[in-house]
Amino acid sequence: MIQEKHKGMSLIVKTITRLTVGFIILYGIYIISHGHVSPGGGFAGGVIIALSFIHLMLAYGKEETLKRLPHNAASILESIGALLFLMIAVLGFTGGSFFLNFIPKGEPFRLFSAGIIPLCNVAISFKVSAGLFAIFVALVLLKLDTEKKE
Amino acid sequence: MQAVNIIPMFVIVPLAGAFLNSLVEKKAKWVPDAIGNLSAFILFFFSVLAVQVVRTHGTLVYSVGAWKLPLGIAMVLDGLTAFMLVTVNFIAFMIALYSINYMERFTAKGKFYTLFLLMLTGMNGVIVTGDIFNLFVFLEIASVASYALVAFGTEKHELEAAFKYAVMSTVGSMFVLLGIVLLYGLTSTLNMADMANMLAQKGAANLVLMVSVLFIMGLGLKAALVPFHAWLPDAHPSAPAPISAMLSGILIKSLGVYAMVRIFYNVIGMTAELSSIIMFLGTLSMVVGVFLAIGQWDLKRLLAYHSISQIGYVFLGIGLGTPLGILGGIFHLFNHSVFKSLLFLNSGAIEYSAGTRDLQKMGGLMSKMPVTGSTNLIASMSIAGIPPFNGFWSKLIIIIAAVQAQRFGYAFWAVVASVLTLASFMKVMKYAYFGRLKEGLMSIKEVPFFMKLSMVVLSVVCLIGGMLLIPSLRDIFLNRASDVIALGVNYAAIVLKEVSLSW
Amino acid sequence: MTLYLLCLLLFCLGIYCVLRKRNIIKIIVGLIISEYAVNLFFILIGYRMQGRSPIFDQKADILNMVDPLPQALVLTSIVIGVASMALLIAIAMRIYEKYGTFDITQIKELRG
Repeated sequence: MIQEKHKGMSLIVKTITRLTVGFIILYGIYIISHGHVSPGGGFAGGVIIALSFIHLMLAYGKEETLKRLPHNAASILESIGALLFLMIAVLGFTGGSFFLNFIPKGEPFRLFSAGIIPLCNVAISFKVSAGLFAIFVALVLLKLDTEKKE
Repeated sequence: MQAVNIIPMFVIVPLAGAFLNSLVEKKAKWVPDAIGNLSAFILFFFSVLAVQVVRTHGTLVYSVGAWKLPLGIAMVLDGLTAFMLVTVNFIAFMIALYSINYMERFTAKGKFYTLFLLMLTGMNGVIVTGDIFNLFVFLEIASVASYALVAFGTEKHELEAAFKYAVMSTVGSMFVLLGIVLLYGLTSTLNMADMANMLAQKGAANLVLMVSVLFIMGLGLKAALVPFHAWLPDAHPSAPAPISAMLSGILIKSLGVYAMVRIFYNVIGMTAELSSIIMFLGTLSMVVGVFLAIGQWDLKRLLAYHSISQIGYVFLGIGLGTPLGILGGIFHLFNHSVFKSLLFLNSGAIEYSAGTRDLQKMGGLMSKMPVTGSTNLIASMSIAGIPPFNGFWSKLIIIIAAVQAQRFGYAFWAVVASVLTLASFMKVMKYAYFGRLKEGLMSIKEVPFFMKLSMVVLSVVCLIGGMLLIPSLRDIFLNRASDVIALGVNYAAIVLKEVSLSW
Repeated sequence: MTLYLLCLLLFCLGIYCVLRKRNIIKIIVGLIISEYAVNLFFILIGYRMQGRSPIFDQKADILNMVDPLPQALVLTSIVIGVASMALLIAIAMRIYEKYGTFDITQIKELRG
């Protein structure tokens, strides 16, 4: 029993998690992609995506989740997100200024509008989701070390 | 490229370096070293270029994203900014060189450089920004990176010091944020120049007084002025030596002194009361710091207390408000960054070779480590104010300025603190470098090449630093910085004029 | 005005918690409380009487909105808060690992 408990929660929780995690991620993507036309954006969407991974981890246990989602990937994605954001900002120099919105802004309230804002949202969401997940993993792994010593 | 495009580079380069480094640090052993040093070198190069740009173009204002100012985020390059950029990036480059060899002792060298560059981003950002909330954001970037760096060794003492530092500094940031919120509520703008204009129009309000107190508490905590200094003697010695040098040399100056000077002189406007508070706190730190330093036996802790004391000189000079006092204050700021980083690097060299920080366990190291010993001698004479070295000139200017301003008491304490500094550094030299070589230190060797290189360069700057006072050099470097401070709230008019020119 | 004073009270409560409590975790909670008090105060500064939420919309008029700038800035300051609190908690856990206690009266090997 203890062994089983160590590997995550009960079957019901695991099944429900498996069914809902996809929707949560989808909702996060929706929030990110509509960040420039409605409330939300890269940060909020990124948090939702990070929460879906944390949700997986809570249901299935540390070992199982870390096998599928190595936390190195999180730190790499985080750096990529930051570099992407910086790159978008630096590309503004093509129009003459740092952070310039150099893509045509299009019509308001359309999905493809607002120039670089959606791209920035995507970059931020990478950074935030990977970062929050990495923080969570770091805290969890730290706890593992303590338990080992005792 | 227009000259104005140099301004955002000070944020772009270290930020790109930091994240690139965290992405590719594992590829090869030399990669983190290369990225860290290259970024620091590029920044140093740009900052020297910035001095030239300020000389030819005067004050420049950059609007991020080409938003119409004062609505968008502004970045300002003027004399003070260029001066601080040179100081920060020069020291950072030297420390990056030093870390190549020193950080071999730690396993996570790649992470070290990432945090180092993030801290540099924060400091450069604080210096170049012209937007008060942006200043807070960069302040926090630098602070958070520095908490992590203080805890870098993850041993008992490091963690305890880091926790103490992080809690106190977070409280300080909260005061700063509260001050910014109140200023925003009063003026409905975040651009510093615009804010100064609004404040001047509204006249003196009680709220401004409260904001000033909040900033003195918050930024004084970052600068380790005496009533708020408790974190510094723990945090600075606990960090790895390059980071101690970074924290003592430039972090407390760019986050504390620079931000305070910028806000008090150029935004809120200096009043007689404020300046006497700053001078009093400065003198208090000067005296208390040096008295606490004398009794220390831990080398790095002794140096940390001297940082408190020397930052007091800077505040005394700047607080005097006369042109000569301001000149002395900022010149001492530059000198202190040079010699205090050098002293911390020397203590790191001793720790690297002899493995101890306790003065009583050292002795006769001069014969074994001639480079470290002689550079330390130069730095000690600089900090104590022995004539040909740079520390003498800046202290002399501050004391003369204090006498000219009829502040004889402050001048007297400045002299006393200087004498006590000399005494405590004679103790360091006597116990650590001269005298009989202790048992167990027979087999130690001089430190590797890059550590020697950076120490020698810094000591040469100590030696010739006084040359900056030669009129032609002073005009392009120091005077432009002190002019900006002496300008006071007229800064707003100059910046806003630039804004209207560019639109 | 009452709301501002309540914010100030919350802030002081947090500072009191930081200064007075001995448990590291409680100190961190105190920091979080006072940080949120500042954020709340910032939002209140931007509030206008009967203002609507500052979201640009096709149908609704854009008159009488609350000030959107503080909301954006508070978001930034929350993110900063998350970063520093995560770091503080990580340090606190490491301290527990080394010292075996959260009581700051027993964690004082350094005297500053």
